[in-house]
Amino acid sequence: MTEEVLEAPHVLSYDYTRSTGPVIGTFLAGLRDRRVLGIRGSDGRVLVPPQEYDPVTSQSLDQWVEVAAEGVVASWAWNPTPRPGQAFDRPFAWALVRLDGADTTMLHALDVSAPDQVATGQRVRIRWSDEPQGRITDIACFELARNTDENAGEPTT
Amino acid sequence: MTDIELPEPLTEVITPVRLEYRYTPGESPSQFLRHIPEGKLLGRRCPECGKVYAPPRGACSMCGALFGEEVELADTGTVTTFCVVNINFANRAVDLPYVCAEILFDGSDTTAQLLLQGIDPEAVRMGMRVRTVWKPTEERTPSMASISHVEPVDEPDAPFDAYAEFV
Repeated sequence: MTEEVLEAPHVLSYDYTRSTGPVIGTFLAGLRDRRVLGIRGSDGRVLVPPQEYDPVTSQSLDQWVEVAAEGVVASWAWNPTPRPGQAFDRPFAWALVRLDGADTTMLHALDVSAPDQVATGQRVRIRWSDEPQGRITDIACFELARNTDENAGEPTT
Repeated sequence: MTDIELPEPLTEVITPVRLEYRYTPGESPSQFLRHIPEGKLLGRRCPECGKVYAPPRGACSMCGALFGEEVELADTGTVTTFCVVNINFANRAVDLPYVCAEILFDGSDTTAQLLLQGIDPEAVRMGMRVRTVWKPTEERTPSMASISHVEPVDEPDAPFDAYAEFV
């Protein structure tokens, strides 16, 4: 048989409506107002993004803390082949960022165009989307911020 | 408790999931699909068990033999089972409620899921006899979407035994 085998695009897509619960619901409402809200655990650590239950005692958590929109890169990975729907359509970094005032890290895209522009310890800040809607993508990405002496430490890669 | 002012929590968030596939049906189903723009459904008969599969695979799923002879199916068939759809999804451009039916085309031993139109959903029943309604020639592609729908024909219902194997 010499005829070509047929081929066609086939798209599977679903819009899931997910219940946020009171804690993530508050966190997302905060993003809509361009605020980052964390929650304090029983050991005094500030969890960002917040968790509904304490990771140590499993008790409900309700002590909210507002943290800064700026922080430090705790770890990162290079993404050489971005996929549709990601924050950029060209290579960029994924970063685990510890915001000032928080004790945990959150994962997001970092706007750099080459891996030598990012290092552990680098100061970064949130770039908000133009029209926040109460979604994690209200944080469009992180962008580089100026390293200060007291914050910089010794950057390592 | 908290001493900062908190926003009213959101209760839900919509998270889209999207997977883009490039589907290739393989050699035997490709042959089947190529004949569809002509308004033809061509199955293949298994030389071992005699069953006709449409679309055919490379080999019979029951006895493993490579498929042989091509068989043209009739444009009439029997509703083996059906579902009344009351909720619009995937933005299908059909008035609700509509009926999705499994059709056993005469001459085939496999069923195809098609839209059943031209009858009140309340009146649809297993065993109903139907006929293929093709889209106009210029709108046909090598796809089952070239069949617009099936519609009832004025014939007595098939007896249950005629399609019991497919329910």
